[in-house]
Amino acid sequence: MLSRTADNLYWIARYMERAETMARLLEVGSRISLLPSVHGYRSEWDSLLQASGTAIGFDKKYGEAVQRNIESYLFFDHDNPSSVASCIVSARENARIVRTALTTQVWDALNTAFQELRQLERTPRSQLELSRLTEWTMRHAAMVRGAIDATLLRNDGYDFLNLGYYLERSDNTARLMDVKYYVLLPRVEFVGSGLDNYQWTTLLRAMSSHRAFHWAYGGEVTARKIADFLILNPQCPRSLITCVEGITGHLARLERLYKRSSPAQGKAQALHDGLNRVTVEDIFDEGLHEFLTRFILDVAALGGMVHENYLSGDLR
Amino acid sequence: MLLTVDHVTRYRYDRPVRGLVQSHRLTPASNDGQKVLEWNVTVSDGIPGGTFRDGAGDCLKGWTVPGPVSEVSVTVTGRVETRDMAGVLRGHREWTPPDCYLQDTLPTRVDAALVEIAETVRGFADALDAAHRLSALVGQAIAYTPGATQSQTTASEAMTQKQGVCQDHAHALLAAARHAGLPGRYVSGYLLADAEGAAHDAAHAWAEIWVQGLGWVGFDAANACCPDDRYIRLGSGLDAQDAAPIRGTTRGPGVEHLDVVVAVQAVQQ
Amino acid sequence: MTTYFNEMFDAGKVRAPYARLEDWTKAMPAELREMKQAEAEALFRRIGITFAVYGEGGDPDRLIPFDMFPRVFTALEWARLERGIKQRAKALNAFLVDVYGRGEIVRAGRIPGRLVYQNAAFEKAVVGFIPPKGVYSHIVGIDLVRTGPDDFFVLEDNCRTPSGVSYMLENREIMMRMFPDLFRENRIEPVDSYPEKLRRTLASVAPAKCHHEPTVVILTPGHFNSAYYEHSFLADLMGVELVEGQDLFVEGEFVWMRTTEGPKRVDVIYRRIDDAYIDPLCFRPDSMLGIPGLMDVYRSGGVSICSAPGAGVADDKAVYTYVPDMIRFYLGEEPILKNVPTWQCAKGDDCKYVLEHLGELVVKEVHGSGGYGMLVGPKSTKEQIEAFRARVVADPSNYIAQPTLALSTTPTFVDEGIAPRHVDLRPYCLVGERVELVPGGLTRVALKEGSLVVNSSQGGGVKDTWVLAE
Repeated sequence: MLSRTADNLYWIARYMERAETMARLLEVGSRISLLPSVHGYRSEWDSLLQASGTAIGFDKKYGEAVQRNIESYLFFDHDNPSSVASCIVSARENARIVRTALTTQVWDALNTAFQELRQLERTPRSQLELSRLTEWTMRHAAMVRGAIDATLLRNDGYDFLNLGYYLERSDNTARLMDVKYYVLLPRVEFVGSGLDNYQWTTLLRAMSSHRAFHWAYGGEVTARKIADFLILNPQCPRSLITCVEGITGHLARLERLYKRSSPAQGKAQALHDGLNRVTVEDIFDEGLHEFLTRFILDVAALGGMVHENYLSGDLR
Repeated sequence: MLLTVDHVTRYRYDRPVRGLVQSHRLTPASNDGQKVLEWNVTVSDGIPGGTFRDGAGDCLKGWTVPGPVSEVSVTVTGRVETRDMAGVLRGHREWTPPDCYLQDTLPTRVDAALVEIAETVRGFADALDAAHRLSALVGQAIAYTPGATQSQTTASEAMTQKQGVCQDHAHALLAAARHAGLPGRYVSGYLLADAEGAAHDAAHAWAEIWVQGLGWVGFDAANACCPDDRYIRLGSGLDAQDAAPIRGTTRGPGVEHLDVVVAVQAVQQ
Repeated sequence: MTTYFNEMFDAGKVRAPYARLEDWTKAMPAELREMKQAEAEALFRRIGITFAVYGEGGDPDRLIPFDMFPRVFTALEWARLERGIKQRAKALNAFLVDVYGRGEIVRAGRIPGRLVYQNAAFEKAVVGFIPPKGVYSHIVGIDLVRTGPDDFFVLEDNCRTPSGVSYMLENREIMMRMFPDLFRENRIEPVDSYPEKLRRTLASVAPAKCHHEPTVVILTPGHFNSAYYEHSFLADLMGVELVEGQDLFVEGEFVWMRTTEGPKRVDVIYRRIDDAYIDPLCFRPDSMLGIPGLMDVYRSGGVSICSAPGAGVADDKAVYTYVPDMIRFYLGEEPILKNVPTWQCAKGDDCKYVLEHLGELVVKEVHGSGGYGMLVGPKSTKEQIEAFRARVVADPSNYIAQPTLALSTTPTFVDEGIAPRHVDLRPYCLVGERVELVPGGLTRVALKEGSLVVNSSQGGGVKDTWVLAE
């Protein structure tokens, strides 16, 4: 398939996943802000902006971190390339370019999200609850995902879509955890406090994993259990290991189809082996923040290799 | 005269480029005034492309160099037996109708000064006389001054500053000739430097003007003469860019540094 | 008062091809019609057929209006049109082979050399190169208008990349979905073989150096182009890749496309990009859309380009005048389709006449298209006419003029019910190893009452075009 087509498919997935993460972040933010604050209202929203990599852009445009401005910036603002609106527009534009590589159902799902977004943009903000916006985003992300899984031919295009999903998701899960552990809770005396537990629970809720977690672990919510769940548990749909397994699986499919392997495969396998070997104790010995930082860099490098090996068109 | 050519163009990039594509008009075609005895073009690490003669009778060839690459050299060596034809191009196989060379291009557009020159030959019965007159006037209007102009300079800009090099002379002459209704084309080639030392670059350019009954006749306004056995003709076009011996492009953001060495020598016989 | 030929009603009686449509419209109450119209629009929007209007801004996802009332030809009418169109397509290609070769028609004094060789669309770079099978224009779109039962005029030829064929196919698709009964009652020739015929045509002109089943691609300027939908639609139906310039590269003697499995050789490029942009090493050096080195590969027989660079010289509006002469000169036949009488403002006498009769004539730019830069005298105000006069006087050779034709009308659904609206027709003739024409084309309709301008950019719509089987 054309490298550019593969690239468009890959980015449809990345943008949809990113839109969903952005909505989840907003959800985390609004829940945490309902709590009596420890270090002030501002710092919590700030940490969200930092986690989403949008702090500088926000500061330039709005200055003060008021909730309403943050909602505007993270959801509606087309100047913010990572806002939900920007992501949906980009995903739909990528889809329009490769319209014929998609099924009607997938196109419909993307196009409907885009058309409804335009309606939301015309609706007075006073009528839009944040929870409605986040639910709306997750619903449409799920509809696109569902249409892909239910109707798309299992050819290489399907693999590139999934590589986009898993790469973006692994990065996003790692970042969300890092916000909680490092940014929201920088002082060690809060560990194990009521606030700490509340924040962890909120994070789980934001990942729609609250119930799943309790089924799997039960008892007290602790940082270790959550780290195990979100990093090492292959049952969790957003865990790092699930994502990395997805990546190695789709790269292996490409190897069978193309009858050639790629350096990206080696890198993905190494990441996978690393996660298989490590225990949650090892992670906390290293430091969760250090571990996540390293992982985020590794995933970025892997994304670069996928681009170089398949999407750039420079393959010889 | 037996002339030898050694021509090396070296491209260097401050960081490796992802690839390079060139189109060469770098091999002379034989005609009554020049017989190509030996000719060789090589491109370092290059993959040769298709070879063909275009409608104007020029020999063209494509070259590609796969990247990453940070240095490319194009080397031309050859021997040509030349004969003084007093500028007349004869025995050159081509199909392009002369009328095609009445079209002006950005660098060959006339200005008031060039219109004035063109008007001096109004009513001339003989196109050859007219062409000689235009060539002489253009030669007088633009003083040969290396470095005064760039490759993008237009005929009218060169006329305004009254300075230029062979490319500017050729552009100005073409503009005037076409305005006077005479088809004209830009010719690139090589010139044997004169005995007093290299006044002009050995990589040279001049103009050809269509004279009914005689065919294409060369005029070197910069040297106030018609091409003779010191000239080797490579190719032609509507202007310098259209007739360029090398047109090329790279993929990737590297900044290019260009280094050209040309030597044309007469062999003692 | 001009009278217009109505293709359905002639002297109060329904003409034969439309016989069954009368009952159809009678049986359709207004509510049903509105419902169907909404359904059609939803279908078009869902498929994604929209077009952007050049220079007008506004909604880039605007739909081109679709009129459900079909335009119908009998088998006999079509047979004559088909002969005339094929004849013209052959002559145009013969002309191109000639003017890039020996130029016999110019030597014979049948067309002025100036008009050909000093034409902006004449490509000096391809002189002496004969493309595979001697075909320059592989898809010839011929714009026709009708003024009477047997009177068809060619308005202009499109030899480069005529657009609109996706509407021909989609209009039919949607009509069949919405009104299956109509297709059972009328025996309508199918048009859906067009993509396969187009693919075969393109494959039949594979280059000299191609010794395998040729790989065909469509080259688009990109997804911002107003015809992008059509490009992707055709690529999909033909089962070929839709590429942009950046997807292709030259290496050695061939052109390759960048795929996830490495470089793949490309043999035939159906390009929807103008000559000037296809190769910065040969044409405009600032082009970002093209493929550097493409023209060298093309001229050395490593790839085919459709339409061939330089084909535009045949569809120039000034050259148009000479097409009947071309038919006589190359084919030794009399033209089956008539030209519209044309005045060339480049000629002093013609220009004088045109300036004196601006109020009656249609004046067009020689290189204009899409209904822009034209004056429809009888439909213009004094100010518009005077403004246009100034433009013609300033640059006469840039304009031609034609009489205002009494374009035929067909019934069209309008707010008030059904009313006659003016139409034209663009069939698409394929030229490769064979010359072929699918029975149908794109009918454009001027939706504004009394308007003679059918261009979609100027408020025109489209209709399904039927050719009845014998």
